[in-house]
Amino acid sequence: MTLSPVNIILIGVFGLLGIGLYGLLTIRNLIKIVMVLQLLVKAAIIGLVLAGKVSGQIDLGQSTAATVLVADTMVAVVGLALAVQIRLRWGTLDITALSKLKG
Amino acid sequence: MNQPIYYLLLVIGSFFCAYRMMTSKNILSAALYLACVSAMTSAILYMLGATQVAVMELSVGAGLVTVLMVYAISVVGKDASDPAPIIPRGFAALLCLGTIGILLWACLPLIPVSGSRTAQPLIITLWQGRVLDVWIQVVLLFAGVMGILGLLAEQAIRKPDLNHTTQTGK
Repeated sequence: MTLSPVNIILIGVFGLLGIGLYGLLTIRNLIKIVMVLQLLVKAAIIGLVLAGKVSGQIDLGQSTAATVLVADTMVAVVGLALAVQIRLRWGTLDITALSKLKG
Repeated sequence: MNQPIYYLLLVIGSFFCAYRMMTSKNILSAALYLACVSAMTSAILYMLGATQVAVMELSVGAGLVTVLMVYAISVVGKDASDPAPIIPRGFAALLCLGTIGILLWACLPLIPVSGSRTAQPLIITLWQGRVLDVWIQVVLLFAGVMGILGLLAEQAIRKPDLNHTTQTGK
């Protein structure tokens, strides 16, 4: 198999997805989880544009990637706001400690 | 500029920055490594021909989101350490490697379609073919702004209740 640019980028997309998945499984800090979600979405954006390029519809790939980018930014903004509020109220960012809270 | 070595360098650089982001003890360093991943992602997008999305990614992903992260870290303070994971790291790595291996086995090699149609400008695709996406983006922006306003307002309302509880507890 020759490593063409398309295949190199596909490997990069799956590599970033793997690193992000590993982060979601192991990280417990709320702000770092938002960062890992950003990483996963970056891989998805590259994948969308790559699919558009491979199928000859780069415009379609760009438009869907732009929508995903806006949604990802909103997720980051709301997630960070929630993390700050949780830290100010309960004094922790550990999701395991948060799951034990009652009331 | 379309040589595979450039793509390879960008992919390796983004892997390195992503790994450093995961393993960094300082959360501010992790945010900066994430900004580096964003910059490399935008370079890859530009080299793929998606110039508009590359500019958006560079300005929003590496700019706005990084500024928001640094602001959130400044509010949260030094207590941003990452506790030990519940799932063993070795098992998680094995799970991820297995998943990525299956995906690569299913997708590689990727062969571009030959004789493809001519690409339209992005603005025509967005405003004529994908107008629903534009409306979804508007709704998302509105929901994000309203969500933040709601969160801030909720804190302002609940503050007197907390004081009241403290006083009655005494």
